[in-house]
Amino acid sequence: MTQSKSENPKKTAGGKKGQGSTQKVRLATVWLGGCSGCHMSFLDLDERLIDLAAAVDLVYSPIADVKTFPEDVDVVLVEGAVANVDHLELAEQLRERSKIVVSFGDCAVTGNVTSLRNKIPVDDLLTKVYHEGPGAVPRGGETDKVVPALIPRVLPLHQVIPVDAFIPGCPPDPERIWTAVSALLAGEPVVLEDRMRKFG
Amino acid sequence: MAVITVTINDELVSGRTGQSLLELVRERGIDLPTLCHLDGLEERGGCRLCMVEVGATNRLAAACVTPAQEGMVIYTHSERLVRYRRMILELLFAERNHVCAVCVMNGRCELQREAYTIGMDHVRYDYLTPDLPMDASHERFVIDHNRCILCTRCVRVCDSVEGAHTWDVMGRGVNCRVITDLHQPWGSSRSCTSCGKCVQVCPTGALHAKGSSVAEMVKHHDFLQWILDGREKKQWATRNGDPVEGGR
Repeated sequence: MTQSKSENPKKTAGGKKGQGSTQKVRLATVWLGGCSGCHMSFLDLDERLIDLAAAVDLVYSPIADVKTFPEDVDVVLVEGAVANVDHLELAEQLRERSKIVVSFGDCAVTGNVTSLRNKIPVDDLLTKVYHEGPGAVPRGGETDKVVPALIPRVLPLHQVIPVDAFIPGCPPDPERIWTAVSALLAGEPVVLEDRMRKFG
Repeated sequence: MAVITVTINDELVSGRTGQSLLELVRERGIDLPTLCHLDGLEERGGCRLCMVEVGATNRLAAACVTPAQEGMVIYTHSERLVRYRRMILELLFAERNHVCAVCVMNGRCELQREAYTIGMDHVRYDYLTPDLPMDASHERFVIDHNRCILCTRCVRVCDSVEGAHTWDVMGRGVNCRVITDLHQPWGSSRSCTSCGKCVQVCPTGALHAKGSSVAEMVKHHDFLQWILDGREKKQWATRNGDPVEGGR
């Protein structure tokens, strides 16, 4: 059953933050090792985005110009698997600063396509793709520290930090995103019916 | 056949001697998940999804290979059984590279369906991501070991229905692999008749038609009953939906 592990009301998104309260739910979305398809599907919520905008403050997202992950986030949707050292750092940071962490889409939930490289050692992979690949060999290398180093194996998010809810799908269709998000906004556990749990 | 009485989920039901528990349970309309079982093939009892609790001992038995017996008391959906079934499915996903998003059977896969039906929304075990090959040497079909769950439906249908026994299993434990002709490339197999029965009965994307892309593969099982009815009962045709002896 897909649901938030926490029965503690303090750990719900707080859609009912008290009568007459104008405080909105602080929502963040994060893009780790994924194709951004989950975010595209999120935007496919279409007119429901207007209702959402009324209920939340989008405090961090690839579609918002915010550089650092803020404190006191109520709900964060995390797209993508953990594939490099930057992802590791951000994953730990967002866990520390958020009440509810949601694995958003198959890459975050299973590793999915991002993890197809796991059977190949990282050095061999970089050699094959960049040094032996078509065109000129790019200058620099891992030692530049400009591009974050790949970790040996791509990991699903819940193998790096505790995760409270899962939204499978590649990408999850807008209906299952809306089902999960509206439950979270209402301060209820995420419960997806069986077809909405389908991988792929 | 003698009538027997069995208690399923605290309800008395009658069955016939010679029936398996799986047959009896499904006759009652109870949905018991299976992956290695396929109507028409001999049972293997390998996937363990159809395990039920038998008697007061809480012993678990695979319903497909357990004969129904007079006075049996069984439970099909206890909390423990559902928990174990989910574990089995998670272990299957963790063992090989089941990446549904890029699989030919996405949307029609039996493994995928059992997983979401039971409530699996993530896998708690480390993925083994083994380095497994594909064999596309056959003119029409492909075997992708990344998707294989070793149900052996291919082995059984090839042996008992087609009569070729091209498929078999090699290795032990996690290194098991289905093979053709003593581990020769499928395309060079001299026993394979290219009938495609193995492809049709495969529950996942492990066996598929060459050229099919993501979510394009469609499989049919109904040929199996058709062949078996013809062979065993000489029923080759239907009239108004009813089988006709001797054909036509």
